[in-house]
Amino acid sequence: MESGNILVTSTETLFNWARLSSLWQMSFGLACCAIEMFAASASHYDMMRFGVIPRPSPRQSDIIIVSGTVTLKMATRIKMLYEQMADPKYVISMGNCSNCGGPYWEHGYHVLKGVDRIIPVDVYIPGCPPRPEALLEGLMKLQEKVREQSFAKNEYA
Amino acid sequence: MPEILERRTIKHSTLATTTHVHAPEEVERGRLRTEEMVLNMGPQHPSTHGVLRLEVVLDGEIVVDVIPHIGYLHRCFEKHAEALTYPQIIPYVDRMDYISAMSGEHGYVTAVERMMNVEVPEKVEYIRVLFAELQRIASHLIAIGTYGLDAGAFTPFLYCLRDRESILEMFEKTCGARFLYNYMWVGGLSHDLHPDVLGMCRAFVKVNRETHTEVNNLLTFNHIFVERTANIGILDPLVAVNCGASGPMLRGCGVKWDIRKNDPYSIYDRFDFDVAVGSNDLGTLGDAFNRHWVRMLEWEQSLNIIEQILEQYPRNDMTDVQSAIPRRLKAPAGEIYSRTETPRGELGYYIVSRGDVKPWRVKVRSPAFSNLSILPLISRGYLIADLVVILGSIDIVLGEVDR
Amino acid sequence: MSQHSIIERLRGKFGDAIGAWREMAEGSEYQRRMGSYLEILAPQSLLDICFFLRDESELQFDSLLLISSVDNADSTLSVVYHIESTILGNHLAFKVTLPADDAHLPSVTSVWAHANWHEREAWDMMGVHFDGHPDHRRILLDEDWPGHPLRKDFKEPAFYHGMKVPY
Repeated sequence: MESGNILVTSTETLFNWARLSSLWQMSFGLACCAIEMFAASASHYDMMRFGVIPRPSPRQSDIIIVSGTVTLKMATRIKMLYEQMADPKYVISMGNCSNCGGPYWEHGYHVLKGVDRIIPVDVYIPGCPPRPEALLEGLMKLQEKVREQSFAKNEYA
Repeated sequence: MPEILERRTIKHSTLATTTHVHAPEEVERGRLRTEEMVLNMGPQHPSTHGVLRLEVVLDGEIVVDVIPHIGYLHRCFEKHAEALTYPQIIPYVDRMDYISAMSGEHGYVTAVERMMNVEVPEKVEYIRVLFAELQRIASHLIAIGTYGLDAGAFTPFLYCLRDRESILEMFEKTCGARFLYNYMWVGGLSHDLHPDVLGMCRAFVKVNRETHTEVNNLLTFNHIFVERTANIGILDPLVAVNCGASGPMLRGCGVKWDIRKNDPYSIYDRFDFDVAVGSNDLGTLGDAFNRHWVRMLEWEQSLNIIEQILEQYPRNDMTDVQSAIPRRLKAPAGEIYSRTETPRGELGYYIVSRGDVKPWRVKVRSPAFSNLSILPLISRGYLIADLVVILGSIDIVLGEVDR
Repeated sequence: MSQHSIIERLRGKFGDAIGAWREMAEGSEYQRRMGSYLEILAPQSLLDICFFLRDESELQFDSLLLISSVDNADSTLSVVYHIESTILGNHLAFKVTLPADDAHLPSVTSVWAHANWHEREAWDMMGVHFDGHPDHRRILLDEDWPGHPLRKDFKEPAFYHGMKVPY
């Protein structure tokens, strides 16, 4: 409230609440971390209770979870997928590989050392691979971030 | 010796896949002339099991040709292997076939031990085989569950992943990691078996046998599922051998070939189990249904092996699991090809050593790579909707295809 | 049929094209069986040798396990073929050595269809050219990738399509 704009503050709260409770995810697995992402959405961890529903198309999704090693051949495709998503859009970088190259940082001639070299990242989740609980925490961190967004600071684009 | 059920003479020269598309005679064309259409599938596609791209040439809804494009997950394993010492390679082996990391480790440490002539304590061998078989079940659970997803059944996926979690719990208890372990070391293991695991294992086998029946009733004998998968993607046994198929892909066409029996390693010769092969009961020999059916049968056989291990396991053996680890890991100059049976087939390591602490060259014969190369052969002439089912029946892991 | 009698058969048929039989000097039975290889001196007769190995009724090597390429770092490359007979249970490996700057081999895709992707990989990673291959393209890397990464003198590019490659 203190820093918010008095004209739009209630609208903002409503919009942010709606957004953070239905973060539809692009169902897109890259490597090992994708299996932990599966596990997080299956019976034991049940990611859907956060409103995260996998969608097959980038047009219908709000977040992209970069789950695994980004190779140079794949990097241009990821950038294209990111650009196809509608605003506001968020990026979770899951696992060491997409954070910084992970175990492939030294001799991986075909590995992009960090997905943040091509697209902006909101939340980084460390681990090789991160446990499903870590992914859930990353999601909650993203929800906190969405809750604080405001029109006035032009944070929706 | 393999028992090839049906021997027919085939022309080997017709086997080579071509880039130039010619509609095969089996594709039945209507009287109207139609244009061929090229459809791009992947690398972001929910049914390609990772980052695989398929260039599909279609005539209406009929697949004329499929050209797989791989390499979107090429993580330079072979380059890393040349730059690291033998024990340092093991974590990278995990990340290659990430769905069955234990099986991959088992293959790699077997290869290095054969190269260096390391004798492994009996207890270590028992733990290795126990974990490799648990991993085989976990991997088949994912394969069967996602195959159900491909064919339009969601419930078996949840049932399968529930049981997989209890396997991962056992691994986690023993070595602390959920699914990339770095557990098997050259000559030993990183940790001794956790005292609870044998009891958990016994309980798991009991529950898992029920899940097996349940999945069979829900999925395998489901009329819709059989209609979706039977009689499509048929692979001839002779073509399969010539094209380098292995694992359930090869056994699905009736060839009785399993490295655990045909070129035994570790202590597999002590256990009594059958090599599952496909049959003509519900589908045709070598079709997509039979590959799924072989996985179901192998799941049962793995449970049998685990039960035998639980009986035979040397409980009073207090050997240190790290006692046989060589102090200096240096392979003698030479080369070796060593292979093991992973859930996907024959995983081979060709290691060239020049007497250094690092290998000179490591080449991986990955089963998924060889199995995927047959996809164009077995999907021509079927409908586009069948392509997803045929691809799912191969059970690829892109980390292993691209390495 | 033991590995030695297979080699005698090959020597009788192809003569000088067949080189020495390299065996690991000491070692277990497994090392001798799976760690030995035959040198082939004449790359141009490779295709005939492969057809002979596959079609001769006493050999019947119906399955190719893998094709590996090795950089020997003395400006030669080696290509190793591991083959197996699933009917008779025999195993054989043979090796061809080529100059690194002009590495050409006949493709064995017409003998074993499995060779198709393995030969493409050897071209992609090591730069061995296979004459008569039906689909001679790179397999793992993009077509415009500079160089062949598994050669010992490979230097990774600083930038690729505008993306920085080193850490």
